[in-house]
Formats: sequence, structure tokens, C-alpha cells
Amino acid sequence: MSVRTRPLSPHLLIYRWQIGNTLSILHRSTGVFLALGLIGLTYWLVALASDAPSYARALRIFSSPLGLVALFGWTFSFFYHLFNGVRHLLWDAGLGFERGQRHASGWLAIAGALISTFAAWMLLWQFNRL
Amino acid sequence: MSLRSPLGRAMGLGSAKTGLGHWWAQRVSAVALIPLTLWFVFSLLLLPNVEQETAHAWLQFPLNGFLAIALVAVLAYHSYLGTVVIIEDYVHTESLKIFGRLCLQFLHALAGGAGIFAILHIAFGR
Repeated sequence: MSVRTRPLSPHLLIYRWQIGNTLSILHRSTGVFLALGLIGLTYWLVALASDAPSYARALRIFSSPLGLVALFGWTFSFFYHLFNGVRHLLWDAGLGFERGQRHASGWLAIAGALISTFAAWMLLWQFNRL
Repeated sequence: MSLRSPLGRAMGLGSAKTGLGHWWAQRVSAVALIPLTLWFVFSLLLLPNVEQETAHAWLQFPLNGFLAIALVAVLAYHSYLGTVVIIEDYVHTESLKIFGRLCLQFLHALAGGAGIFAILHIAFGR
């Protein structure tokens, strides 16, 4: 049977890159990264329940350069996914669909995530926890 | 009278069959995660240090242990609901889709189960 090439609806490459699709893609990618964070959280909890050397190894891993980058990424991903998630919940409630509102809430989610991430790490630094 | 064709009904094709339940569960778990994750992040930030004894004492306080278990359970559930949609969106080979879904189910059950067991072990052990 010959496969007939069906017409496709316009997708990814056709559209102009704009804030709506950027934030939508960012929501999903931060979600995937946070799903990996679940593995990190589980590892931390299991190491915490284990003996002292196991926990010391976990702390070494999390405070290694790669570990810190992951923790920083999880902090930003968490706050962004949180703020943009609230944005989605408001849409589900039928609020904020106007073009201006959509753009404003999008920028608000980005700004909120950046500021919260910065604040959280400043707090860690203030408490000499880095 | 149903507008679905007999063939479509027999093959189970057509519009979403169980979509609403998934959609609703994702929203409910999202709402639950707002206070739970904020509590967890702020608690960790405000602990005097992350030494093993400090974290143990924190989780051995009943309310903290309970909230931590609730967090891990809802987090694993929400994470599964989110990641399985990605498989369903981009994997179109039925066998691969089922395999991917199974992997996500096992991984999330494992992560959730191990996390909850660890918290219980800390709360009740020693």
C-alpha cells in the first residue's frame, strides 16, 4: 500500500517564536527536570535514613560543582513551574485570557522565578550554607 | 444515537477516553503541591544546617514527617501524570508507548516508595 503524504497542520517551524510558546515549552522542560529532581530527593532521603558515610557521600555529591548546578537548576525550575503552574490554574478557572493579561502574567512568572531563585540562594549564602 | 462509527468504537479509537480524570488529577495534585513544596523548600532553607542529626530531628517531629510523606506521595503522582503525557504526545508506536508508560510507572512507584520508606525509617527507627 502506498503511503499518501497527507497535508499537515502548520506546526513548530511555521510559527514565529513568541512568549506564549516559549513559556509553554519552558513549563514542560522544567517539569521534566523536576521529575529528575524527584530522583535526587529520593536519593537524599534514602541516604539520610542510612549510615553516616552514606549521608556524607550524598552531601559530597550535592555540593560538588555538578551537584550545585543541578540544585540551582532545580531551584529555578521549581519556582518557574510553580508560578507558571498558578498561571495555568487561573486559566483553567477562566481568568486572564486577554492578550495583555497573558503577556503580563507570563513576564510575571519569569520575573517571580528569577527573583525567588536569587533570594533562595542569597539566603543560603547569608546562612553560610554554601 | 451515537455518532461514532462501529469500527471506531470497536478499535477504541476516537476522542479521549479517560482524559478528564487525568486532567483533573493533575490539577488537584498541582494545588496540593503549592503549600507542600513551599513548606519543604522554606523548611530546608531555615534549618540551622543539613547535618544528619539535624535533618533526623526535623523529620522525627510528627507534623514534619507526615508532611514529608504527603509531599513525596503527591510529588511522585504529579510527576508521573506530567511525564506520561510527554510519552503520549511524542511516542506514536503503540508498543514503545506502553513500554515507556510502564517504565514511568515503575520508576515513580520506586521513587515514591523508597522516599516514603526512608522517612518512616527515620521517624520510627532508633
